[in-house]
Amino acid sequence: MSTPPTTTTETRPDSSASGNALTQRRSRPGEVAFRLAMQACLLIAFGVLAALLTWVLVKGWNRLDSRLWTEMPTGLVSRLDGAGVQSALVGTLWIISLVALICLPIGILSAIYLEEYADNTRWYNRLLELNIQNLAGVPSIIFGILGLGIIARALGLGFTVITAAIVLSLLVLPVVIIATREAIRAVPQSIRHASYALGATKWQTVSRQVLPSAVPGIATGSILALSRAIGEAAPLIVLGAVTFITFNPDGLDSGYTALPIQIYTFITRSQSEYTELAAGAIVLLLAIVLAMNSIAIFVRNRFEKRW
Amino acid sequence: MSTSTSNAGSAAGSALRGGRRRPVDSTVKVLLVAAALVSVATTIGIVIALVQPTIGFFQQVSIVEFVTGTSWTPTFAQKAYGVLPLVAATLTVTGVALTIAVPLGLGSAIYLSEYANPRTRKVLKPIIELLAGVPTVVYGFVALFALNPLLQKWWPTDNGPAFQNLLIAGIAMGIMIVPTIASISEDSMAAVPRSLREGAYALASTKMQVSTRVVVPAAMSGIVAAVVLGISRAVGETMIVTIAGGLTSDRIVLNPLEGAATMTAFIANISSGDIPVGSLDYDSVFAVGALLFLITFALNAVSIRMVRRFREVYE
Repeated sequence: MSTPPTTTTETRPDSSASGNALTQRRSRPGEVAFRLAMQACLLIAFGVLAALLTWVLVKGWNRLDSRLWTEMPTGLVSRLDGAGVQSALVGTLWIISLVALICLPIGILSAIYLEEYADNTRWYNRLLELNIQNLAGVPSIIFGILGLGIIARALGLGFTVITAAIVLSLLVLPVVIIATREAIRAVPQSIRHASYALGATKWQTVSRQVLPSAVPGIATGSILALSRAIGEAAPLIVLGAVTFITFNPDGLDSGYTALPIQIYTFITRSQSEYTELAAGAIVLLLAIVLAMNSIAIFVRNRFEKRW
Repeated sequence: MSTSTSNAGSAAGSALRGGRRRPVDSTVKVLLVAAALVSVATTIGIVIALVQPTIGFFQQVSIVEFVTGTSWTPTFAQKAYGVLPLVAATLTVTGVALTIAVPLGLGSAIYLSEYANPRTRKVLKPIIELLAGVPTVVYGFVALFALNPLLQKWWPTDNGPAFQNLLIAGIAMGIMIVPTIASISEDSMAAVPRSLREGAYALASTKMQVSTRVVVPAAMSGIVAAVVLGISRAVGETMIVTIAGGLTSDRIVLNPLEGAATMTAFIANISSGDIPVGSLDYDSVFAVGALLFLITFALNAVSIRMVRRFREVYE
């Protein structure tokens, strides 16, 4: 900064000096403090979260063995040593398979309608879109109330596996729709035009060109939706699932329990043995949910096409 | 014979459209519309499920008592149906959660978007998204059994936090919302065009000035949308407050160190027991549910508007 440039050879060191001055200005105390504060936010938030998850792992360590999935839950403290969460795990698998069967086709077909068929200038299509965005923000316990009032009582399906699956399907439906729409929208128009130019019909274009290209995005959204459904407890509480169920569901109209509900039931017991078992069950639940989310994020980052 | 002539007629009318009207295509369209209508049916179902018992509830309890009453005791012998204690507890928990989640979430977003090098960001962003998927029952568990004992141990005065209290529920909820706020704010900051930043640097701005005076204001509608979404999640969150927030609802609890029932906690608690259909207790679940639905509906409307605005500007 000090020596003014006189010759062309001197310009180079001078410009680097002014570069230094810029970096110096950036490292003024206020700047450094701000940067550190922002970094601290990230570290605190995710450090605390990581610490909490580790704590759960340590707390549940003694229960992380085959008892967890081979034994049934119990309401008796004396039998707790030989207890597990098999009925909850099987219940969760039942529910989540049904959610996949119910929710994914409906969600993907809705998204295809909104992206490929609907005329966006029509008020009813815009309303449909707003409705889905709003449903995405409705608290899950409200879906429980929908299940209680309409599906369990008015439709007479009762407090069964199928009721739970329908309620959770409706709950995560917006997630599937929104993700699928984004995946479909990312497929360039030129692909569709080329397909039409070769004489393909609308459905041929959608089913043979657009959907195959959108599969990674749809898969990611679907897995995330299912993993959210696995972790939801609030709607199932309203649907009366809070009891010790010591049998595996054997049909759509069977009674059930699920992992997050079983964990809640353990938490409401005051004895510390239950706390330990709850921690073990949480580790199992987290392993399932986080594994699914990792797969989803991996699929998106690895297979999604950039056009 | 007559069918083939009508086919020929329509084909002559529009040869191009003739191809699209094949049976498969029209069947498919019906199927697609039917699927799309499921979400409409869901909303209608929610409204019907809420409205009928809510009307039944207000035939026995006056709306004035519901809105202004300061005691909510449906399970007591002396029944009172003033919803304010539930609303106050919900607001307290939401307030605590936002006090934690907004600074931490925004700070994380600014760091990721403006300071972190691309490689760090590429690793951290998926981790944040991963953490956003932790089930809320887990947060309830750690709030009650890990965070609250710590809080009670470190509390400086004698009358420390109760076994279940609004403060710890709010803290856990804040930690839960951070990934949501960080992720959405980071998206909107990343959508701010480079040229704005470069313009500011050309005017000799420092990195902090660029972050706070250019990027954050430019991404404001996305940030507001993230915060509103955070509020909406906090208001509607059930498991954390049911497990760690407490049950008191016979008076308005203003001290966050005490436990109190939020709207969601009340619904969850009363419906874990056996309630006879058609009783006033049963209907009160739906009345509180209707209020909750209205509040989150308003919040969602604001959030949707904000997101749309930030998309319109930079896409």
